Amino acid sequence: MSGGSVLYDTPGVRARRRNLLYTVVFLAALALTAWWVLAAMADKRQLTAAKWSPFVTDSQVWTTYLLPGLGGTLLAAALAIVVALPVGALLGLGRLSDHAWVRVPAGVVVEFFRAIPVLLLMVFAAQLYVEFSDVPSDARPLYAVVTGLVLYNASVMAEIVRAGILSLPRGQTDAAKAVGMRKGRIMTAVLLPQAVTAMLPVLVSQLVVIVKDTALGGAVLALSELLAQSRTITANYGANTIATFTVIAVLYIIINSCLAGFAGWLERRSRGTRRSGAVVPGARSAPDLGAVRAARTAKDERRDA
Amino acid sequence: MFDFLHSDYDLLGAFQVTVRLTLCSAAGSLLWGTLLAGMRVGPVPLMRGFATAYVNIVRNTPLTLLVVACSLGLNQTLQITLGGRDFAQIGFRLAVLGLVAYTGTFVCEAVRSGINTVPVGQAEAARALGFGFFQVLVLVVLPQAFRSVVAPLASVLIALTKNTTVAAAISVAEAAALMKEMVENESDALFAVFAVFAFGFVVLTLPVGLLLGWVGRRVAVKR
Repeated sequence: MSGGSVLYDTPGVRARRRNLLYTVVFLAALALTAWWVLAAMADKRQLTAAKWSPFVTDSQVWTTYLLPGLGGTLLAAALAIVVALPVGALLGLGRLSDHAWVRVPAGVVVEFFRAIPVLLLMVFAAQLYVEFSDVPSDARPLYAVVTGLVLYNASVMAEIVRAGILSLPRGQTDAAKAVGMRKGRIMTAVLLPQAVTAMLPVLVSQLVVIVKDTALGGAVLALSELLAQSRTITANYGANTIATFTVIAVLYIIINSCLAGFAGWLERRSRGTRRSGAVVPGARSAPDLGAVRAARTAKDERRDA
Repeated sequence: MFDFLHSDYDLLGAFQVTVRLTLCSAAGSLLWGTLLAGMRVGPVPLMRGFATAYVNIVRNTPLTLLVVACSLGLNQTLQITLGGRDFAQIGFRLAVLGLVAYTGTFVCEAVRSGINTVPVGQAEAARALGFGFFQVLVLVVLPQAFRSVVAPLASVLIALTKNTTVAAAISVAEAAALMKEMVENESDALFAVFAVFAFGFVVLTLPVGLLLGWVGRRVAVKR
């Protein structure tokens, strides 16, 4: 559904006039807000060229602060995903095990770490490294942040993998059994490849969550990532707080929009192959209620037509 | 091992702040998210564009950045206090502002997916009766949409409960801030401290998920 078309008719003369009125009123409200924000900023001398120009004219802001910060963010995110992906896959498979002594502990671990805020995990991990390891103190924030991210995201990915495998048609397992495959082989040769293909978009969008969560490490644990650079930049370039936050926010938005766009592209691609009946027949991209309902509604429509 | 529980740490007080942060932000984001969803499906292109841009931008910004920017940018630089009198109150309100701005986008997406589950015929019938856009949306579509998105909204609420810990970044005295203080002072009981806070969040989030899951199955419109 394209959203609008269902809820209102194609506007006639009066509706068009009314929509024009709404447009004007909304535009005025937006303009007022913008004017108020700019006035407040100008009042506190946040609009002067000196506060914004360093980001354009002074390459040192980028080479000394922003790019290394971006590197720190991407490093932490990359380490977290590289470790969390296999751990999450193992936990997800563990929850599907036939043996209760594997299934139950895996389930407990997944549910426990999913219920706890990632910040608590990071703070706990940081102190853990202080007490029980000889990790040098300047590397501790990175270790702690990656540990927290891995514990949390591995359990989220475990659920994604499990949902992906459960969404495959039963016939896949039955057919594999019929040709004489054993459990392990069914999983690695038949189920997992299909589930991963179907789950890839969701896994990539989980990357956005990881990138966003690295910012916690900068704010609370002194990890030198992108957000943490705001402190040093505002200290060195004359209290240009708002300009700095704006630039940093834009950087985050660019990275995450690229990731989200990539996930969307993957999803469209996998949906395309599904229509041609090749890779994942009948797999749902996410087991959420809305999608299922929407699909059911669409089916009803077809029956009516 | 758990003797730190008897000392002068205000554990219950910290969790109380967490709960208050959650409730205030939940109410705010439900309103703001529904408003955004209404704009996104509305007939006015400018409002649609604004809501779409807002959701895409804010969803891709770290919550930590929003909350810290509320504190350093709005409060310390522009001296906006949101009517708060002392440090704790101002911090609390800024945290709620950041959380509402962020969580509203997820509420918007959930509500919008709920709107998609309402059969087209419902809106058509309402329009045939001469209802305008607002009447169709508020009287016919949204009540049904909300009933079908109780479960997704429950996950948003649980995520919000966990996200309130981000307020620790601007020194709001909630659970994560207290835990950070305690793991440093009571480092000999590190695991016990972690267990207590973990248990606190499990207690806060688990019943919400179970209860709202049950409610969601009860109220969903059977089609």
